[in-house]
Amino acid sequence: MRREIPLIITFVCGLAMIAQFFIPHSPFGGVKDYFQQSYMIIAAFAMLLGIGNLTKLHVGKISEKRPQWGYSVVLLAGLLGMTIPGLFIGGIKEGTIFDFLFKNAFVPMSSTMFALLAFFVASASYRAFRARTVDAALLLIAGFVVMLGRAPIGDYLTWFMPEGWQMSDYANWIMEIPNTAGQRAIMMGAALGVVATSLRVIVGIERSYLGGE
Amino acid sequence: MLTPVSRMCCRPLSVPVQILFLAVTIMTAGVSLGVGTSSSGVRPGPPVNPSVGDRPNDAGSAIEITWEASFDDSRGRGIVNSYSIFRSTEAVSGFANVATINSGRERYQFVDEAVEDGRRYFYKIVAETGSGAFSEPGVIGPIISSAQWFHSDRYSMLWALIVVSTSVLIFISLARKGKELYIRPIAGLQAVDEAVGRATEMGRPVLYVPGILDMDDVQTIAGVAILGRVARKTAEYETPLSVPVSRSVVMSAAQETVKEAYWDMGKPDAYRPEMVRYLTDDQFGYAAGVDGIMLRERPATVFFMGAFYAESLILAETGHSIGAIQIAGTAMTSQLPFFVTACDYTLIGEELFAAGAYLTEDPRLLGSLKGQDVAKGLAIAFIFIGVILESFGIHWLTDFLKVN
Repeated sequence: MRREIPLIITFVCGLAMIAQFFIPHSPFGGVKDYFQQSYMIIAAFAMLLGIGNLTKLHVGKISEKRPQWGYSVVLLAGLLGMTIPGLFIGGIKEGTIFDFLFKNAFVPMSSTMFALLAFFVASASYRAFRARTVDAALLLIAGFVVMLGRAPIGDYLTWFMPEGWQMSDYANWIMEIPNTAGQRAIMMGAALGVVATSLRVIVGIERSYLGGE
Repeated sequence: MLTPVSRMCCRPLSVPVQILFLAVTIMTAGVSLGVGTSSSGVRPGPPVNPSVGDRPNDAGSAIEITWEASFDDSRGRGIVNSYSIFRSTEAVSGFANVATINSGRERYQFVDEAVEDGRRYFYKIVAETGSGAFSEPGVIGPIISSAQWFHSDRYSMLWALIVVSTSVLIFISLARKGKELYIRPIAGLQAVDEAVGRATEMGRPVLYVPGILDMDDVQTIAGVAILGRVARKTAEYETPLSVPVSRSVVMSAAQETVKEAYWDMGKPDAYRPEMVRYLTDDQFGYAAGVDGIMLRERPATVFFMGAFYAESLILAETGHSIGAIQIAGTAMTSQLPFFVTACDYTLIGEELFAAGAYLTEDPRLLGSLKGQDVAKGLAIAFIFIGVILESFGIHWLTDFLKVN
């Protein structure tokens, strides 16, 4: 029964979700909202599990003085430093300690991580654009045209061309025709994959997410 | 009434006729003062073509009211400030205001969601000026709201679902009966054994990242399914496995999956709960955490299987910098170029969903892949037919396939 009950729940819930897509009438129409709300409640409780897991892991690491345990101290300090003011000292409104930490520590750190992306894009582009194969050469040319076409200098360079034949027009053509076609093909394949995976899960053939074969 | 005056004012009228209309207008306005205008106001023209109807394809309790702008709205004299909607269950009395909408548009729509199914309702829509004058209200209705048993805009989706499901179920049935099915080799999945073996030889861990979305996303489910297969390999080779997750529910599911995999492989002692660890729900906090794990633990093999956003390249480039063999899979089209660039193998779109089935070699799962391929073939055929029909100006197939 340990396996059967989750499979039955999955089957019933899966069919209900399919039905609600086609049947607006009650009780089907409200099924999606009901499940979404239920999921949010479960996820909120599961958050405690996550925090428990994180705390247990890092407290263990500190107490056993495992290598690089100092990072765990920083992590737990960050966790407590945000949680305690948020819960017990003034809440999370504007002007509170939590708000101060959020704006002056959390947001800048998140922005820093996001900003790293620019450097990673540069290093990845360098590797991708090395024209060692025909594919890579095509990628390089397409990327070159799109980048130039997206910047004002692209049209300045092709000022002598008639309207509709300038760099920005080539860039738009690449983005709208071959790029869109490729993306749509991938999206359609993925959509069919989603349907097939969902069917496998609903009928109980795919059960590895429950820990089984 | 002002409406005809407003209309006719746009025509080239002679001066005497204009004076006559002005006089009539003033007189009419004066006469109608006692019938709903403020003492200072002039009646504006009423809303044009008002109509009410049951909102289609809904769960009931909603009536849709539409109308076009009064001739005295912004396109006319510009004296209409707002429109008020009144509702009653009787045609002649009991009208109560249910909404007021600011003017300034060509067409207006209001959905009254405070109605009961099966009851008759009447509506009045009046245009109001800034001075408090309002147009002559006309009653529209009766109208009864009701719930629908089928969403009429989704026939094409129903057909598609039936075709895809039938195709998948037929091939599952054929596979169960022992029919040999050819599935094309997928390089990224064939490399899984090699990747785990490499980590074993190097004595380094395998890092598995199941994306940043929750278990309600199919990509995450596919990612956790593949994790089960990878965990079997790591259990078999006794290779350390590390699975940092960004959602608590995913953590619970992944812990169960890895635990079961180790039990099934007869290595329950090798399983440790901290193999699957929760980091944070925050996108870039998670990226920073995984990057830190990569740099400290230096895994020999990294899997990225699931849904990713802007953190994809940050993770994949860090993995590349430590020299790990990387296998990625996602259906997020905007992140695929990053993975293709930074990883050794990339499962593109549908290959991610096929991976779980592919790795088990279970005939039933492989049958479902075959059914999926047939559905894809049908989709391609529809695209070709659609292109030809559209080229000849025939739109019925496109119209049928549209989903609102």
